[in-house]
Amino acid sequence: MAELHLTMAEAINLALAEALEQDPRLFLMGEDIGEAGGYFGVTRGLYQRFGARRVRNTPISEAGFIGAAVGAAMVGARPVVELMYADFVTVAMDQLVNQAAKMRYMFGGQVSVPLVLRAAFGAGRGNAAQHSQSLEAWFCHIPGLKVVMPSSPADARGLLASAIQDENPVIFLENKHLYQEAGPVPREREPIPLGVADVKRQGSDVTVVATGRQVQIALDAAECLAAEGIEVEVIDPRTLWPLDAEAILRSVKKTGRLVTVHEAVKRFGFGAEVAALVAESDAVAALKAPIQRVAGAESPVPFSQALENHYLPDVAQVVAACRRTLANSHK
Amino acid sequence: MDLELYRTMVAIRTFELRVRDLSAQGFLRGSAHVAIGQEGAAAGVCGALTPEDAVTSTHRPHGHAIAKGLPFAPLFAELLGRATGVCHGKGGSMHLADTARGFLGANGIVGGGVPIAVGAALGFQQLGQPHVAVAFFGDGATNQGAFHESLNLASVWRLPVLFVCENNRMGLSTPIEAASAEPDLVKRAVAYRIPGRHIDGTDVRAVYQAAHTGVDAARRGEGPSLLVLDVYRHEGHFTGDPMGFRSQAEEAAWRDRDPIARQRTYLLANGLATEADLEQIQATLARQVDAAVATALAAPEPDPTQLLTDIYAAGEGVR
Repeated sequence: MAELHLTMAEAINLALAEALEQDPRLFLMGEDIGEAGGYFGVTRGLYQRFGARRVRNTPISEAGFIGAAVGAAMVGARPVVELMYADFVTVAMDQLVNQAAKMRYMFGGQVSVPLVLRAAFGAGRGNAAQHSQSLEAWFCHIPGLKVVMPSSPADARGLLASAIQDENPVIFLENKHLYQEAGPVPREREPIPLGVADVKRQGSDVTVVATGRQVQIALDAAECLAAEGIEVEVIDPRTLWPLDAEAILRSVKKTGRLVTVHEAVKRFGFGAEVAALVAESDAVAALKAPIQRVAGAESPVPFSQALENHYLPDVAQVVAACRRTLANSHK
Repeated sequence: MDLELYRTMVAIRTFELRVRDLSAQGFLRGSAHVAIGQEGAAAGVCGALTPEDAVTSTHRPHGHAIAKGLPFAPLFAELLGRATGVCHGKGGSMHLADTARGFLGANGIVGGGVPIAVGAALGFQQLGQPHVAVAFFGDGATNQGAFHESLNLASVWRLPVLFVCENNRMGLSTPIEAASAEPDLVKRAVAYRIPGRHIDGTDVRAVYQAAHTGVDAARRGEGPSLLVLDVYRHEGHFTGDPMGFRSQAEEAAWRDRDPIARQRTYLLANGLATEADLEQIQATLARQVDAAVATALAAPEPDPTQLLTDIYAAGEGVR
């Protein structure tokens, strides 16, 4: 069999093991990533295999250890840091935004900061407001950072390999819900370049740009609509910054209809950037209907499942949004 | 070494006095934070380092930069925002860096450089290199969370880093007694089980000895230590700061403990130099500073095409 069948957690684990094996400069840092194998089990077995020097358990000091990653990267080591919950990045924002992102520029190109910050994010598990956010828009907004969000085990493995090789600070966002979702993964290590989108499904009627967990939701919505003869094209940017604008614009020019889907809050979100990209390009002339954005609710993530169910975008919302682009046609 | 320490301090003083003048004459954008009076700290600590050892600095970095070996002209040029500046005009006074000389950067965030120095030490340990890192910071920074995280992490992992606090007893306008529950800063070392040394920062030889002790211990794998240096900031927080926060009696008492004057006295008293030697050092440095300023003032501004370069390494992302 040419492929492996792995969960996203296993695929990331494999990518980390391969990187640790290949590059002696590389080491991992994070809370509980050692013997315990990480809170979500992503680093399982790595401590046992590579030892305490390469898989470093940190104190609860996000500013301290993310800042340490910056310094280590600057002198030639290759740190891969795990942030247990992406929400905790707020504790370390100075080191990420004022330091890691800006060192190269402020110092006139003297140095690079090749660090990877892996962070578990996302709602839907009753983790409530401080453990469920999608903050990718913050990171995309900071020149100097790169932002990656895989939607599948294969993409996770390939993108992480590239993120690790990248000479810049890369935020690698892993939706917790996807950790246990299994899928085909190439047997051999094949880095997927950053900045290249993936057309997950071809179609000619509506373009849906979806990220992370919402890629599958978009594909499910596409299946629904296909039964009615509506063919949806699903684009997974994979790298949020640098963004493969070309792929999105090409698709919108073809279909004339655009729906964005993510679980982050709608306002000032990634979907807003995609919409603006289209609006300020010549693809805008191809639009047959207003752009639709499907997103998480404009609230902190609630605890009760009865409420959290309404927080996240679902297939029905994506289907409805696609229908609106077809109903509102002015051409 | 004693003469070298003197020379470094005079270099810093000469440079900083010129920075103060350039600021008063309107040549400098933004703020410049001069270290006049604090030269003993930079000279004594950096004197104990190799070129490969790493230093992170503060918003008051000029002395550290000079003591780490950065030449005058690219420093002046950077303060003037010129293309020939050490950071090509992209950083300015608070973001000076010369990574090839181990100067991993000044920092505009109070305490921001402390975790980074810990990181450099971590990197050296990971890579099996015998170098050490030094974090410079002020009394104000010792109340930042990142400071505490840094000392703790360095201690837990026994990292080769020396934490150097230049205690000038002022955080901009706020005296240490109003900001720190425990103003005896060396006691912070106890909380992290690392050695702490409290030294008169105006005695450059004492600074040098203490720094060497800490650096040597770190290099032997014994982990980090804290060095608290009592210094005095002769000027205000930034050039042109009208001050008015301190009493005249206090200021007069400290000016009498000028680190340069103290070292001069020591050199002469111990026959290590003559008056003529010391005058020559001062005159040479004055000439060098003059030449560097002239060069910097004549240097070109960066081209506007440089605005969007060096944001990312190896490729600039999607435009």
